[in-house]
Amino acid sequence: MSSVAPIAPVPVAPTTARPAAVARRRLRRGHVARRIGINLLGLAVFTVMIFPVYWMVATAFKPGRNIQDYKPHWFPAPATLSNFTNAVHRPYFWTDVKNSLIIVSFVVVLSLTVAFLAALALSRFRFYGRTAFIFLILGTLMVPLAALIIPLYITLSRVHLINTLTGVIAMYMTFVLPFSVWTLQGFMRGVPRELEEAAMVDGSTRFGAFVRILLPLVAPGLVATSIFAFIQAWNEFIIAYVFLHDGSKQTITVWLASFTNLHGTDWGPLMAGATLTALPVVVFFVLIQRRIAFGLTAGAVRG
Amino acid sequence: MAVAESEFPLVSRRRRRLSGRRVASALAPYALLAPAAAIIGAVLGYPLYLLVRLSFEKYGLFELVRHHGTWVGLGNYRKIFHDSQFWHVVLRTVVFTAVNVTLTMVLGTAIALLIARLGRFMRLLLTTALVLVWATPVVVAVNIWRWMVDYEFGVANWTLTKLHFGNFVHHDWFASSLSGFGVITAVIVWGAIPFVAITVYAGLSQVPQELIEAAQIDGARAWNVFREVTLPLLKPIFIILASLSIIWDFQVFNQVWIMLGERPSPDYYLMSIYAFVESFRINEYGLGSAIAVVMVAMMMVATLVYIRQMVKTGEVR
Repeated sequence: MSSVAPIAPVPVAPTTARPAAVARRRLRRGHVARRIGINLLGLAVFTVMIFPVYWMVATAFKPGRNIQDYKPHWFPAPATLSNFTNAVHRPYFWTDVKNSLIIVSFVVVLSLTVAFLAALALSRFRFYGRTAFIFLILGTLMVPLAALIIPLYITLSRVHLINTLTGVIAMYMTFVLPFSVWTLQGFMRGVPRELEEAAMVDGSTRFGAFVRILLPLVAPGLVATSIFAFIQAWNEFIIAYVFLHDGSKQTITVWLASFTNLHGTDWGPLMAGATLTALPVVVFFVLIQRRIAFGLTAGAVRG
Repeated sequence: MAVAESEFPLVSRRRRRLSGRRVASALAPYALLAPAAAIIGAVLGYPLYLLVRLSFEKYGLFELVRHHGTWVGLGNYRKIFHDSQFWHVVLRTVVFTAVNVTLTMVLGTAIALLIARLGRFMRLLLTTALVLVWATPVVVAVNIWRWMVDYEFGVANWTLTKLHFGNFVHHDWFASSLSGFGVITAVIVWGAIPFVAITVYAGLSQVPQELIEAAQIDGARAWNVFREVTLPLLKPIFIILASLSIIWDFQVFNQVWIMLGERPSPDYYLMSIYAFVESFRINEYGLGSAIAVVMVAMMMVATLVYIRQMVKTGEVR
């Protein structure tokens, strides 16, 4: 591998000019065909990947008779908003949206505040037990919720927090907090310590240096982490499903299950509801994808 | 002498103040970590301890009301280890994870290699699609696929019939657990491909172009370039992606649970579903905990690989 470097600048020396030119022309023709082929393959992959998302949105806009037809209608023409009005007027839609928003806001504010302090310690101090704490954080990212939910249920039933938003907020910390700590400390490590040290040499206190130097520089990272915490809490299903029994206390992801009953599924309104559920997440995700994508793999990819 | 004497208390006072500050700055990180550690201990540490303790107890409805379990030692473990269904579920979970991770990694890497060769327009189009898929919440994704494979009006049955793959009219994908798991795998792999593809693609752009050109000049074919140059350089990424995928696919719950209308038949039990059903449907929380403990123990192996690689790549510093 190390002997590769000197080879690179050496040009290929063709023995004669003519065969090389022929070969080059043939190569170019093959090259064009190959490029078209590759792009067609790209188009095929694009179609397969995007189709389910398209099908959800298309179905959401189709009138019922075009949904319940053996022959698929590929385009939502004529289009209608009736599925959306149906979904929105179902019992508990607005209540459950409100519940989701309440839970998500508390989870984001609480976990971000606590995670900010912890990230500060991890990125700005060297201390005994630091590596152990990082291992702990990484380890907790992996604990399966399906396993954790059993003791959580027992505990919450003892303190009578079943069927309350408070209990769910506390439990969402199990996966949002470690992730926020990990992501935030990554962002903070990206801000050079020397900037704060310079401010402190210039007479600023340590706290002043944090507020004036670190905080503004790490603000985009705080925003990105908050949005990611929002997405995680918004998407969560199993905890809300087990711990919130009343329709009026559930979250939006659990509400989506209400479209299926013994008689079958109302596909049109369900797809409209699914579109509405996914919308805030998609918008936020597209905004921050570049910043957050590599949190779990950072170091291996410096993107 | 008088000067020196008057200096003495000054120095010691400064030293005392300095050491006071040093103590404060030595304690600062612990104070900053305290809230996070307390919350993690309360919502993760204690439940994990309780999970292990529950796995040694009989804990049914009666105990749930009484808020107190009965110690049965290794009874729950003896029960599940002698239960042939448990071993079926473990085997099914392992095979399921292996299939999903392999498909995700292979297809994700293939798409990453494809993106790197696309023209600018197609590249933008495909990455946009990937980000959209990535952003789709799992619960939403499962419902979309449930709709696409609906036995009556699903687009899948119509298309497969039209393409002469056989008669799929009114075909129920979930009648057989094999084809049912096929659909579940499709949802999972479809949803997981973007993360792998985009991460590997970002990694590919880090591979020095000279290395690839040099290999090509040496007469290496595309496959050999990939195997001899790209793969070794991207090994850390692959290890991290594979261990993360194992961790995620091993604990799949929502996809199976929602896809099968919250009533999966025993053919569809994965370890997470099995532990859940034992606990919340049959109200045998002790047995469910024992299954969950075995699951956590198995997960720990993949987690160790992940953490070791993170340490190696210098991410844990």
